[in-house]
Amino acid sequence: MAEIEIIEHDVIVVGAGGAGLRAAIQCSSRGLSTGLVCKSLLGKAHTVMAEGGVAAALGNVDERDDWKVHFRDTMRGGKFLNLWRMAELHAKQAPDRVRELEEWGAVFDRTQSGLINQRNFGGHRYPRLAHVGDRTGLEMIRTLQDYGVHQGIEVYMECTALDLLKDGDKISGMVAMWRETGRFVTFKAKAIILATGGAGKAWKITSNSWEYTGDGYAMAYEAGAELMDMEFTQFHPTGMVWPPSVRGTLVTEGVRGDGGILINSQGKRFMFDYIPDLYAPETADTEEEAARWLDGDKSARRPPELLTRDVVARAIRQEVKDRRGSPHGGAFLDIASRRSADDIKRKLPSMYHQFKVLAELDITKEPMEVGPTLHYFMGGIRVDSDSQMSTVPGLFACGECSGGMHGANRLGGNSLSDLLVFGKLAGDGAADYISGTNFSALINQEEVESIVRAGTQILNRESGKNPYLLHEELQEAMQDKVGIVRSNELLTEGIKQLDEFKEAYKQVKADGASQFNPGWHEALSLRNLIITAEAVAKSALMREESRGAHSRIDFPGEQDEWLKYNIVASKNGDGSMSTKKIERERPDSELERIANLTIEELEKEVESERNK
Amino acid sequence: MALRNFKLFRGDKSGGQMENYQIEVDKGMVVLDVIHRIQAEQANDLAVRWNCKAGKCGSCSVEINGKPKLSCMTRMNEYSAEDTIYVRPIRTFPVIKDLVTDVSWNYEQNKRITPFTPDTKQKNKNGDYVMMQEDVDRIQEFRKCIECYLCQDVCHILRDHNKKDKFVGPRFMIRIASLDMHPLDTADRITSVKEDFGSGMCNITRCCTDVCPEDIQITDNAIIPLKERVVDKFYDPFLWLWRKFLKRNK
Ligand SMILES: Cc1cc2nc3c(=O)[nH]c(=O)nc-3n(C[C@H](O)[C@H](O)[C@H](O)COP(=O)(O)OP(=O)(O)OC[C@H]3O[C@@H](n4cnc5c(N)ncnc54)[C@H](O)[C@@H]3O)c2cc1C
Ligand code: SF4
Ligand code: SF4
Ligand code: FES
Repeated sequence: MAEIEIIEHDVIVVGAGGAGLRAAIQCSSRGLSTGLVCKSLLGKAHTVMAEGGVAAALGNVDERDDWKVHFRDTMRGGKFLNLWRMAELHAKQAPDRVRELEEWGAVFDRTQSGLINQRNFGGHRYPRLAHVGDRTGLEMIRTLQDYGVHQGIEVYMECTALDLLKDGDKISGMVAMWRETGRFVTFKAKAIILATGGAGKAWKITSNSWEYTGDGYAMAYEAGAELMDMEFTQFHPTGMVWPPSVRGTLVTEGVRGDGGILINSQGKRFMFDYIPDLYAPETADTEEEAARWLDGDKSARRPPELLTRDVVARAIRQEVKDRRGSPHGGAFLDIASRRSADDIKRKLPSMYHQFKVLAELDITKEPMEVGPTLHYFMGGIRVDSDSQMSTVPGLFACGECSGGMHGANRLGGNSLSDLLVFGKLAGDGAADYISGTNFSALINQEEVESIVRAGTQILNRESGKNPYLLHEELQEAMQDKVGIVRSNELLTEGIKQLDEFKEAYKQVKADGASQFNPGWHEALSLRNLIITAEAVAKSALMREESRGAHSRIDFPGEQDEWLKYNIVASKNGDGSMSTKKIERERPDSELERIANLTIEELEKEVESERNK
Repeated sequence: MALRNFKLFRGDKSGGQMENYQIEVDKGMVVLDVIHRIQAEQANDLAVRWNCKAGKCGSCSVEINGKPKLSCMTRMNEYSAEDTIYVRPIRTFPVIKDLVTDVSWNYEQNKRITPFTPDTKQKNKNGDYVMMQEDVDRIQEFRKCIECYLCQDVCHILRDHNKKDKFVGPRFMIRIASLDMHPLDTADRITSVKEDFGSGMCNITRCCTDVCPEDIQITDNAIIPLKERVVDKFYDPFLWLWRKFLKRNK
């Protein structure tokens, strides 16, 4: 085998979205030699697409806001399955992380008095999302990128990480491939932070880009780490449904935050029929009250369109199923009758543009057609809440690829804040780990060669299955069998199909040479998609209840018994995947108390603390 | 549905040619969709960059029938059914393979720009910076940039004269403008605008503004004001100091 290039750093961060960039900045500020590896060009990660905003209890628009209320909202949104400690750290630290972005050059929209403006979003009690029109992710990634390039971080762009390397039980590096040349490279490091995002590309209808193939999940899994809560895959209620080529492309929740309403084909505002008990006390039950809320009446309750995503997605699905859907199988989302054309163009410019160009529809005049789209992974690599270290020493994870923070359902805006909070903590975790260990990472050359061989086989085969077609089959299977509504029967069939895909994968063949070859890249990522899909399907089969984003027609409703467990998937000695229930830690009693207060009680408590 | 004719550049740094593809096109498709279909069905190893498919990431820049465009935001119905559609990589940067070019030069330019240097004294007692919306509207316009580099592609100084050593190009002129006009920034950027970044090279043809998918008024709102500041600073230093003073005390 030809000589393979070796690059050495103290720490390698894989992924240059919000989480990876924030982690790399932290590592570098702690004096570590830091390498940042990403599949795309810098600045193009998923984070760039985030629209609505970043959630933080700054209290700039509604001064009643406080970390406790943000924490309570997050736990309720997650159906109490979130890791309590993560939700606490997140709510407490998000405001400082957002202010820090401003210090680094971000320019958020302003309030009348010149502070960072905040908008309403589903499941958040107050206007809480700091934003820049509907391009918040762009602002965030550009700020981190422009700040980061001056912090001495080495960036390796268009470089795909393939698999991790260990020295005994500890991480010692990884093997990657330069997309441009197709050459392999070994990265040697004392710690690795995964920030690779999710795996939406396993489904047909998704808001995710080609990068979301679950590489982080699969690499961690192969290295012996555990994947937790994988059954909780978020279907965002509002993706585009027409034309077919853009099916799944996201329509930001900001449309509803700014007053947009959902209507069915009979012109009915149907969300009033779908208010769950948990939220009934905090949700408007008449159009009149919802209208007062929109006008800023603080005594009015929130419109039902702003219920959590799992609820809204299932409601739309039900309307379509009962034949009250829009012409292309969705619901109507109307902002035109709620806000002036100027307002819409100013607050939602990219939505205006997106519909104008891609659907030839003017959202200031007509309603949009929307339907559920696979959007986000609540689950992910299981990590320690404070250090972000996985069960493999030296392997860390943060951002969408880690699990625990969001429980059974994520609130909009809580991802961007998660990236910042846990990106920083992962950087600290890695720095502490490295300063506390005294070893030089050893690379096992045989391991390197076997990873390289697995990659090149795909090109060298005489003939075989087209990777694009296999990917399509996987997407069809996941869409039908592991979708919004699940059952034992569907999941079992899905798992059987996944077994077939695993076999088919062994025969996959990419044409052409190794230089910038998307067919080959597609084939390499298929392994990761299949592993991720299996973890989702098997965890979903095990959880015999409906909670948040996971809903089983054969087991409707939440079961208290199941609140005691998280499900983790891991690799057995024989190479197969097993899932098991692990008992959750008892929550800190103070946190439990806060989460269970009524909103009136909590508001009173916060107010009296203020006045002290 | 109908078969449409496409000609795509296939090749790498050593050369290449336009190759023919005939492909079914469905209603509502954009050029990037068609390229993906060709890739899946006829040319698995066809290299193209993309991420968001919604005009937000600036990855998919190419030249379609000679015009620099985002392929994900260019609808097929902009062209008549008989037209052959030519797709080439952006010309100002060296080809890596097929439609993918080496844009690393841009990343190097960004590193040369002095980072944001806020005046921390401007924080209020709660530790917040106070900035009025009307004072940040202009820089927010510049910060909409998705780094598609279409403006860099079309600017004749970079494209035809290859003066990359003399001029950073419109993308980075707006980046510098967004810092220079930031109400909190304290760094002096005007000397470098002229001396390091070559503002004098731009002769205000406005081609960059014409192709910007984010409709940023690159020339009128960023380059011309920067050129004026250069003139003030070098030829009317008193006025320049006065403006700086005004900005500080806003
Ligand atoms: C359209 C859209 C809108 C959204 N809007 C919001 C919003 O308003 N508010 C909110 O809070 N959240 C929003 N989200 C969710 C949020 O944007 C994402 O969850 C978040 O950006 C994920 O960030 P990350 O840093 O974890 O990963 P990403 O930003 O996705 O970055 C992943 C990185 O990993 C790299 N990578 C992956 N695999 C490999 C590999 N094998 N080798 C090397 N590098 C690799 C990629 O190149 C990339 O750099 C939105 C998501 C979408 C899709
Ligand atoms: S206006 Fe200036 S920067 Fe823009 S294209 Fe013309 S010469 Fe280039
Ligand atoms: S200024 Fe416009 S054309 Fe230039 S890189 Fe930015 S978005 Fe693209
Ligand atoms: S793919 Fe993101 S702008 Fe075209």
